[in-house]
Amino acid sequence: MSTTAGALTLPEEVHPTQREWRVFVRRLGRRRTALFGVVVVAIVLLTALGASWVAPFDPIEQDIGERLKPPGWRDEGGRTHLLGTDHLGRDILARIVHGARPALLVGAAAVAISGVLGMMAGLLAGYFGGRVDDVLMRLADIQLAFPFILLAIAVIGVLGPSLTTIICVIGVSSWVVYARIVRGAALSLREREFVQAAQALGGGDGRILVRHILPNVLTPWLVVATLDMARVIVIESALSFLGLGVQPPAPTWGGMLADGRVYISTAWWLATFPGLAILVTVLGINLFGDGLRDTLDPRLKV
Amino acid sequence: MSIFLTRRLLQSLVVLLGVSFVVFFILFLTGDPALVLLPPEASAEDIRQFRERMGFNDPFLVQYGRFLAGALQGNFGDSIRHGEPAFHLVVERMPATFQLSGAALLIALCLAIPAGIVSAVRRNSVLDYFSTVVALLGQSMPTFWLGIMLILLFSVQLQWLPSSGRGDLRHLVLPAITLGLFTTARITRLTRSGMLEVLSQDYIRTARAKGVNDPPVVWKHALKNAAIPIVTIVGIELGTLLGGSVITETIFAWPGVGRLSVQAIYNRDYPVVQAAVFLLATTFVLVNLFVDVLYTYLDPRIRLR
Repeated sequence: MSTTAGALTLPEEVHPTQREWRVFVRRLGRRRTALFGVVVVAIVLLTALGASWVAPFDPIEQDIGERLKPPGWRDEGGRTHLLGTDHLGRDILARIVHGARPALLVGAAAVAISGVLGMMAGLLAGYFGGRVDDVLMRLADIQLAFPFILLAIAVIGVLGPSLTTIICVIGVSSWVVYARIVRGAALSLREREFVQAAQALGGGDGRILVRHILPNVLTPWLVVATLDMARVIVIESALSFLGLGVQPPAPTWGGMLADGRVYISTAWWLATFPGLAILVTVLGINLFGDGLRDTLDPRLKV
Repeated sequence: MSIFLTRRLLQSLVVLLGVSFVVFFILFLTGDPALVLLPPEASAEDIRQFRERMGFNDPFLVQYGRFLAGALQGNFGDSIRHGEPAFHLVVERMPATFQLSGAALLIALCLAIPAGIVSAVRRNSVLDYFSTVVALLGQSMPTFWLGIMLILLFSVQLQWLPSSGRGDLRHLVLPAITLGLFTTARITRLTRSGMLEVLSQDYIRTARAKGVNDPPVVWKHALKNAAIPIVTIVGIELGTLLGGSVITETIFAWPGVGRLSVQAIYNRDYPVVQAAVFLLATTFVLVNLFVDVLYTYLDPRIRLR
């Protein structure tokens, strides 16, 4: 280390949280499966965001002369339908690319709604215990008693299918898994010294919940949110498959599967590729979520 | 012990009450049940008369009381489409759904538990790796896509198995596999992690240190303790299976409650929907009650609470 007049360099001060982040990212990066998951999710996300530029054709444009063409077919204009065309002559690849949008949108929005609802319920149940806990857990039991798809189609059947409806239905019904995990974490946290100290110092319950308990339950909550998003995407495609999701002609992966089912014996590509899209997306999210859980807290029973 | 049981029973009753309320409330989601039940072309006069007849002008709680009383007697009104009592239509189809769910669960248990045990005992081997990958894929796959692919392979290409309907064992194979895959994957992963956890416990090490041979160690000590979370999961998975049957029954045209419900929704036949949801939810609650009672026999510590 050389010193010139007045130019002594000190090692860079790294803020503790920045250091934690770096350790976390490095640990996550070491797991190849989680990395693979992140890459897949990133690709799907970018595709959804830039769908109009990535897609080679217009997803809604029909061309009856080109219907049910197999993958790799070149039309008269010289353009290739990489994954073939459907029963209305629409390019399958373009529809798959655009179909990523409702899937990810519903996934993120529904997880946000159920995550917030479940977080609030879990915090209240875990921190206050007693009556509040009993009532909330009873509500959870009632929610869980219903086979979800059946409840969803009943409600959507009454309200009418639309993007907002399925987001709300899925969001409102899925709060229990978040509530459970947050409740468990809050239960153990409220016995810790720093919480008891805050209480002794006269901190109000609300303040303690938000400033002390909530930041510490974020980790398990995040793992649950990631894995739940995978589940929500599958549910959205199931509802679209039944015709209760985003309505045609807007492309959805589930809707494409429903169309493809009719032509399964003559045009296998209609049903195969949208399903693969769902599989790959969900797999990526699951791998990422597993990696997240193993990195943050391997003891998590999620 | 009986205190625990009575408490559980009361809890189940509260849950069933809540279930009945939610089922009742579904019709009121848009505010006016008459608009939901009548066809769109109904005139204002028809709607008014319908409301009178069905008692929709009565206070909310009175209507709920009527619904609950009817539900307890198995009266959900008549199906709008078929004219028969909705309850009977649903009950007729329960055996088909139970057969499908039961077969799926059986397949899942027969495949998943051995796979999970082998994975845990021979950790990080090729077998472990293979079953982990398959389990992961199974949990990431939409079941209705799997069903369609299975139909493509076994019904269209190979022509070995029928693609729809209910008849002999051959009709049951594809739907049961489709329905059971997710559950198989889930139970495999849980068995594996449960066994791994138990196998690393001190009492296993003690048994091994005493010189006890491996298979008895595995089977006696480990499995009994790993059985508890598995039993719990089976109860929860039954709910998943009952729900999943909706999609699988639709794909394979299996004449069960799920398919009936979907058709009822398309036909706006809400009495049938209400009956179906109520009955399936009740089944789920009863099964979980049974599982909890079973739990107390497997884990005596529960009884002491």
